[in-house]
Amino acid sequence: MNFPILSSLILLPSIGALFLFFTKSKSENKITTKYVALFTSLVTFFLSIYLWFIFDQTTSAFQFVEDRIWIKGLINYKVGVDGISILFIILTTFITPLCIISVNNSVTKRLNEFLIAILVMETFMIGVFCSLDLVVFYLFFEAGLIPMFLIIGIWGGARRVYSAFKFFLFTLLGSVLMLVAIISIYWITGTTDVVQLYELGIDTKYQNLLWLAFFSSFAVKTPMWPVHTWLPDAHVEAPTAGSVLLAAILLKMAGYGFIRFSLGLFPSASEVFTPLIYTLSVIAIIFTSLIALMQEDMKKLIAYSSVAHMGFVTLGIFTIQQQGIEGSIIQMISHGLVSAALFLCVGVVYDRMHSRLIVTYGGIVTIIPKYAILFMVFTLAALGLPGTSGFVGEFLILMAAFKDNFLVAVLASLGVIIGAAYMLWLYKRVIFGKLKNSELKKMIDLNRSEAFTLTCLAIPTIYFGFYPEPLINTIEVSISDLIDTYNFNVASKQ
Amino acid sequence: MNNIELIFPEIFISLSIMFLLILGVFKKDSSKIIHNISLLVLLITTVITFNETLSVNPTILFNESIIIDYLSSFMKIITLMAAFVVLLISSNYLRTFKIFKIEYPILILSSVLGMMIMISSNDLIVFYMGLELQSLALYVLATFNRDQLKSSEAGLKYFVLSALSSGLLLYGCSLIYGFTGSTNFNVISSQFNTNEYAITFGIVFILVGLAFKISAVPFHMWAPDVYEGSPTSVTLFFTMVPKIAALTVFIRFLYVPFLNLIDQWQMILVFLSIASMLLGAIAAIGQKNLKRLIAYSSISHIGYALAGLATGSNDGIQSSIIYMTIYIVMNLGFFSCLLMMKRNNIYYEQIEDLSGLSKNHPLLSISLLIILFSLAGIPPLAGFFAKFYIFKSVIEQSMYFLAIVGLLSTVVAAFYYLRIIKIMYFDEEKDSYDKDHNLWLKLSLTVSTILILMYFIFPSELIDAVSKINII
Repeated sequence: MNFPILSSLILLPSIGALFLFFTKSKSENKITTKYVALFTSLVTFFLSIYLWFIFDQTTSAFQFVEDRIWIKGLINYKVGVDGISILFIILTTFITPLCIISVNNSVTKRLNEFLIAILVMETFMIGVFCSLDLVVFYLFFEAGLIPMFLIIGIWGGARRVYSAFKFFLFTLLGSVLMLVAIISIYWITGTTDVVQLYELGIDTKYQNLLWLAFFSSFAVKTPMWPVHTWLPDAHVEAPTAGSVLLAAILLKMAGYGFIRFSLGLFPSASEVFTPLIYTLSVIAIIFTSLIALMQEDMKKLIAYSSVAHMGFVTLGIFTIQQQGIEGSIIQMISHGLVSAALFLCVGVVYDRMHSRLIVTYGGIVTIIPKYAILFMVFTLAALGLPGTSGFVGEFLILMAAFKDNFLVAVLASLGVIIGAAYMLWLYKRVIFGKLKNSELKKMIDLNRSEAFTLTCLAIPTIYFGFYPEPLINTIEVSISDLIDTYNFNVASKQ
Repeated sequence: MNNIELIFPEIFISLSIMFLLILGVFKKDSSKIIHNISLLVLLITTVITFNETLSVNPTILFNESIIIDYLSSFMKIITLMAAFVVLLISSNYLRTFKIFKIEYPILILSSVLGMMIMISSNDLIVFYMGLELQSLALYVLATFNRDQLKSSEAGLKYFVLSALSSGLLLYGCSLIYGFTGSTNFNVISSQFNTNEYAITFGIVFILVGLAFKISAVPFHMWAPDVYEGSPTSVTLFFTMVPKIAALTVFIRFLYVPFLNLIDQWQMILVFLSIASMLLGAIAAIGQKNLKRLIAYSSISHIGYALAGLATGSNDGIQSSIIYMTIYIVMNLGFFSCLLMMKRNNIYYEQIEDLSGLSKNHPLLSISLLIILFSLAGIPPLAGFFAKFYIFKSVIEQSMYFLAIVGLLSTVVAAFYYLRIIKIMYFDEEKDSYDKDHNLWLKLSLTVSTILILMYFIFPSELIDAVSKINII
């Protein structure tokens, strides 16, 4: 491959953003700026689909690798994809255009800057999933804070300042320790190149501390209990498109990081800390599901359900079995689609009624039937009904968990039941029941762009629910190779 | 005298100062001409330094009291460039306060001369001479807006405290002279007896004096008041230029004669560094005045530069020089913004005055946003790389405690930078500021913003330039 396809993928959104930066943001330009942003993100999307098309599923080696000297004698700019990362890249490029379509009603001021922030964010997100050097990874991982801080802070709701600060400082605090760990790895092994590090391995005596340093960053980002508290705040205050990006992609960076770095680089430490992850995951699943039951704000409810779903993901990753990790990845993809859709659904009613409280609604099934149908699809997907992508992920994870630790699996399955309870109860209270609030009668059903975005999300949700083969084929080889290396490393240490 | 061309820059600048003084006396209304000639002088001196001395082998002149090597030439060039930009962008500010006088450029030139001597010094006496020359010029500069109470107060405060620290420094010099019999760095390093505690005392006194000059905690008390009281353009000068010179002396003094005593002074440096990073970060949170805030921020930045010096390795020295270089660019950008906050001939310097800046001045606020995120050390901006190099060299020496404290204080510091961004972007707008700024002001803001933003594309250039510095 001579054409630097990954770098162009990373840079394309930024070029679009640069273009937008130099256009005047006047009201008559609104449509134009939106089309420019949409066009950029669509080109990126098709490029990534092309990437998937020419991607070789039979090997676990990194493909489309670009390796350039960046800081001489210190860091190389190295990017590449394998079966694990490519799915996240496609998820990113798929969600971003939908976000841009959805800004129609929710963002009224400074549209131009909003689109710039979204596109820059896309660059950083793709960068995170492509990078094969720890420093490059850190760079993209942290850089994402800037646009997200602005998205929450400028276009957010009433308590936006508090939420933006909390989001920024929590994540930064988690990440600085990772930087210490990355530099330490550089001095221990002499490189920060992930591929070389896979081959070299890191001395066992350093692994535990390094693992914890990486964990501190990923745990905040996932988010795991008890450092999840920034997420509900950030979600509630962020504008719809911001919530979508946050839930669909930002949270996945940490899950991806766990697979790529925690398992890949520190196998024996991962072995040591598996009980910790299990405990935190189970607490996250049960505890946050219970909290979600009690929420009165729809966005907050979905935010807590995100924490619970990510609990399944971390649980699945650290079962360190083929099904478990496959399940985690599918769960992440599925959560990316479903939570994005749920936030968009909340956004739809919020744009009409300007309230996110559940009590405002009730009995709107007859007024906006199309919305009710689509909302139902995603509700069911969120609770993991067979036939939706949510089921595949959870099923695989629980299967792997039962093999490994019966108690954990039983507790996690309990979480599934509570999950079904809060999602169905939410749906019941919002959509069914008596129409109490007479203002709801004025609501209009989904307009074209809303229907389009939600349908776009519904199709893959159902398709992958029935036929997850394309996903599994892509990740299978990479994961089995990862697990083989892992087992080999753990065995050789003992 | 064989190598006289190596000190051409200093000779040229001193002759120019004398010429400009005479010109100022005999020609009326000459402030504009003198301002322009001074700019030219700084530019020419930079070129001479670049051509004559940058690539020569280390040479010792004048009875071994002056050293010309890559380190000194590099630092001189940075000093000259920074002074050049300060002079370039301060003219409008000075005119507004009606202090656009002939003394201003001349004083800047003399303090630059003092700093160049400091940077090149290889002898305690020469170093002290340079130090006093630059300090005397700086006292006057601090009080330059003498009709304002705060400016006079700043100058007086600076003078009294600085004189005290110079006294301590001299006392340290005399101790070292007494126990080694020489003031020359090379002779000292060959003469002293490592078991002699008096030498350690001498080092401590000198370190205190130097720490005062770079405003490292706990010798920082003067900085916020002086920075706030001085005219903004002078504050800009204070925050960058004297620190370069003092840092060079730090390097030269600690690493040439006293490298063997690293166990003794490393602890002091680590303490200074940690205290500066933490106090700078925490104390800035409560500030309302932007100049005071930047004073605390500069204290914390100096802490990072000292962390690099505390490592006792070439890597560490290089990283703190890189840090200072990037810091200067960020600072220039920040102050360019500050100098643009003018409305009806009044300059605004409270944080609240930035409220809603992004609506009226989108370009100004996006530049300030980039500069602030860079000061906070968020990738991919230049400030991140500066910190990255520092921590890389700190962790190389397994000084994990220093690294972790440093990184945690970046999180604290991020809070107050974010607060400024919040006020700019999230709050309601106020009246807009003047938009017809000096071209040079706009240019310096644009260039520094672009350098910060685009640094990640060419990170190797600066490293290459600095990697020739080999002290140990």
